[in-house]
Amino acid sequence: MTRQIRRLSFVFGLLLLALLANATLIQVINAGDYRSRPGNQRVLLAEYDRERGPILVASDPVARSLETGNTLTYLRNYNNGPLFAPITGFYSLVYGATGLERTENRILNGKADIFTVDRVQQLVSGRQPVGGAVTTTINAAAQKAAFKGLKGKRGAVVAIEPATGRILASVQMPSFDPNRLSSHNPSDIREYYNELESDPDKPLLNRPIVSLNPPGSTFKVVVASAALASGRFTADSLLPGPKTYQLPNSSKKLRNWTGRECGPEGKVTLRQALAISCNTAFAWLGNELGAAAIRDQAEAFGFNSGFNIPLRAATSLFPQDPDAPQTALSAIGQFEVRATALQMAMVAASIGNSGRTMNPYLVQEIRGPDLSILQTTEPTQFEDALKPSNSLSLTEMLVNVVENGTGSNAQIAGVRVAGKTGTAQTGNDSPSVAWFISFAPAAAPKVAVAVVIEESGLAEVSGNGLAAPIAKEVMKAVLGS
Amino acid sequence: MKSRRTTELVLLVCAWALGILGTLQVGWATGEGTPPRLWITISAVALIALAMHVVVRVRAKYADPIMLPVGTLLTILGLIMIYRLDVADARRAELNNAPLPTPDVYSQLTWFAIAGILFCGVFVLLQDHRRLQRYTFTFGLIGLVLMVLPLAPVIGTTVNGATLWIRVGDFSFQPAEIAKILITIFFAGYLVKTRDSLALVRTKVLGIGLPRPKDLGPIVIAWFISLGVLIFQRDLGTSVLFFGLFVSMLYIATQRRSWLIIGFFLFLGGAYFAYENFGHVQARVTVWLDPWSYADTTGYQIVQSIYGLANGGILGAGLGQGFPNLVPFASTDFIVAALGEELGVTGIFVILLLYAILIERGLRTAITCRDGFGQLLAAGLSITFALQVFVIIGGVTGLIPLTGLTTPFLSYGGSSLIANWVILALLLRISDRSRRPDLSKVSPDDAMTQVVPRVNQS
Repeated sequence: MTRQIRRLSFVFGLLLLALLANATLIQVINAGDYRSRPGNQRVLLAEYDRERGPILVASDPVARSLETGNTLTYLRNYNNGPLFAPITGFYSLVYGATGLERTENRILNGKADIFTVDRVQQLVSGRQPVGGAVTTTINAAAQKAAFKGLKGKRGAVVAIEPATGRILASVQMPSFDPNRLSSHNPSDIREYYNELESDPDKPLLNRPIVSLNPPGSTFKVVVASAALASGRFTADSLLPGPKTYQLPNSSKKLRNWTGRECGPEGKVTLRQALAISCNTAFAWLGNELGAAAIRDQAEAFGFNSGFNIPLRAATSLFPQDPDAPQTALSAIGQFEVRATALQMAMVAASIGNSGRTMNPYLVQEIRGPDLSILQTTEPTQFEDALKPSNSLSLTEMLVNVVENGTGSNAQIAGVRVAGKTGTAQTGNDSPSVAWFISFAPAAAPKVAVAVVIEESGLAEVSGNGLAAPIAKEVMKAVLGS
Repeated sequence: MKSRRTTELVLLVCAWALGILGTLQVGWATGEGTPPRLWITISAVALIALAMHVVVRVRAKYADPIMLPVGTLLTILGLIMIYRLDVADARRAELNNAPLPTPDVYSQLTWFAIAGILFCGVFVLLQDHRRLQRYTFTFGLIGLVLMVLPLAPVIGTTVNGATLWIRVGDFSFQPAEIAKILITIFFAGYLVKTRDSLALVRTKVLGIGLPRPKDLGPIVIAWFISLGVLIFQRDLGTSVLFFGLFVSMLYIATQRRSWLIIGFFLFLGGAYFAYENFGHVQARVTVWLDPWSYADTTGYQIVQSIYGLANGGILGAGLGQGFPNLVPFASTDFIVAALGEELGVTGIFVILLLYAILIERGLRTAITCRDGFGQLLAAGLSITFALQVFVIIGGVTGLIPLTGLTTPFLSYGGSSLIANWVILALLLRISDRSRRPDLSKVSPDDAMTQVVPRVNQS
């Protein structure tokens, strides 16, 4: 019987080895994969166990962790939640994290490599690790002005510092309260989340950076840039600006929004065409320059590129291969041209910055738990969109828009403002979108703004009427601070 | 052969000291501070362990010195984790403004005390394990009755779909745990008598000797009883344990591999039949094959268990610093997942090695035992440990389909703890006899100089 017992003990030895191997597989080899599975609450729970660093606007925390005295030791608190929601995002037990809470997670939870020295100290002293702080580029006054201006509307505002690409404001309406998604009560969180999800106005959408709309007449700025860049046109070049423009190879005709000719004898200068937003002149110009030239110009401003600010922005689009009538429509910001508010703010900023398109960014500094600065973001250039001389010329044309043209509502006493209105149709019968892009002061701009207002049941939506006053308030807020 | 009782005592003290450290770590890491009744609990554990040691020292001087400390260490690890889960449950109740749950650790400690008394009782009442052989069929009958007892009206209780418990007043018990011991004794007594006829070979097929058809009776009966447990009590674990134990013991007793092969095919047939006909068996297999698709429903437990183990990683989250309470039944079936989360794969290795030592010492006892009954009994009892450990830990870690079995010594639950301590007592009782120096073979001079003084010394 001894031999049989020995044999069986060998078999049991093998079974134990199988258990050991399987445990190693789960706990060592596949552990990382299991930890990052979306249904795994443990990682999040562990994060609720330590103090998460704050997200700061200037030196004020807009997101911070407060001690609760419960199992989940810390509760995320958002000061002025809906105002900063497109920046902070939320930090939810049920739905994970979004916004800077997600992209800067390793900074905020103290696990990023730059805290290595700190972590060693923590290990030695036995302290719980404390997260670092993230300082944003946001200007609180501009953010508030934009939020106030958008009240009761549906849309977004982005403001950028032209010289650096720092994002000064990023506002959406409607917004949501991240406090209610970041509570410790899963059923409340689910209820609120479902309520937001079923809202037709989609408050959870990060409108400033992901909502794509046809840019309408604000895209004429891009076409004007391409025209100057071609060397064939100047501000004073005379373009045909008749009542209607016969779309090539098509029976359709394009009308001016005024229903009139853009100038005497159907001729108009480029400067005047921009000032009165002459559709026929720009449709003609579009086909004169060709889709490729406009696309190159648009791409130099950031179209067809994705930006991580570090939140992932939607890619603004200029169509790949439009035919002649489509090119004409694209030149007035219709057809398949789509832009985010961020993209149009970048266009304005680039013109104001002597034609240098800067990469937009939202994180100014990363600070340690003791608030010492560990890392500062340096501005980086995306591309040269315009020659400095052309940017000067275009700036003068855009100042003319505000002072003598369609953008009168953006005028600020004592400050030269450059701007452009836009109104776009999102479809044949769908309601229109109002735009305004601007920067000020025109000579050395401190702020560039894009305002987009999506339909809100208003019959007449005009860039100057609805969007320009908001842009004006945001610019005043930046210039006054 | 030395008696090694002092080695045992030193190891027991080490196990006890580890227990204190572990308890303190739980208290401090969870922010509870030093556990309020620490002195009482550690004194109680020390007292129980010491009592067992003293009884072994007096009544079974030459018993194996490793098994008692290993069993004690496993029980202590279980107590620590149960206390840790108590803390988590109390926290959750506090958070939900629910009334504080009764801590499990004190009742487990009480069960440990009762187990200790029964452990000592085995040594006091049973001078020689061979006396058990006289009651082979009595034990077999009682064992069978105990197994079907949960099906009886009034006292039988169904919990989570399995009819395993009997309840009288506030007192509930899992009779299958005790039946396990009685039936092992029965198998040993029965097989030691019938092994010669069962080993007879009539035909050879492919070089393997097959038994005579009329000798197939016992294995078929065992098979039917296993299926009965599965069908009527819906207890997959006990069914597998019972059948695996019988086939292994049959193999040892008859020394015929053919029984293993016949047993294997009967198992496959039974498994297929059960899979085809019983939803609960099918569900277990479906979840085992792809737990992730059922992560929110039937696979929740196993998925949470795997998340917990993954969270533990190599060194573990640390006692009191993981989230073992996220796994349902963390203190009973899934206690290894809880320990794996907080002690890491290192802790799992240690626990599995402790079981390996226990099983190896048990099987060694069987090998060195001088009588056939003792050999079979020791082997059978060790095999119950081995099968339970493989089936439950394999189930919890997703290696095999999950079946409900307790983890010996670790799991919360009185019947299981008591049964495993009685098994340990029986193994020690047998090992005492097999390790005892055979005085008749020693020359009088040697006996004077080597054996007798050591007897006096200890």
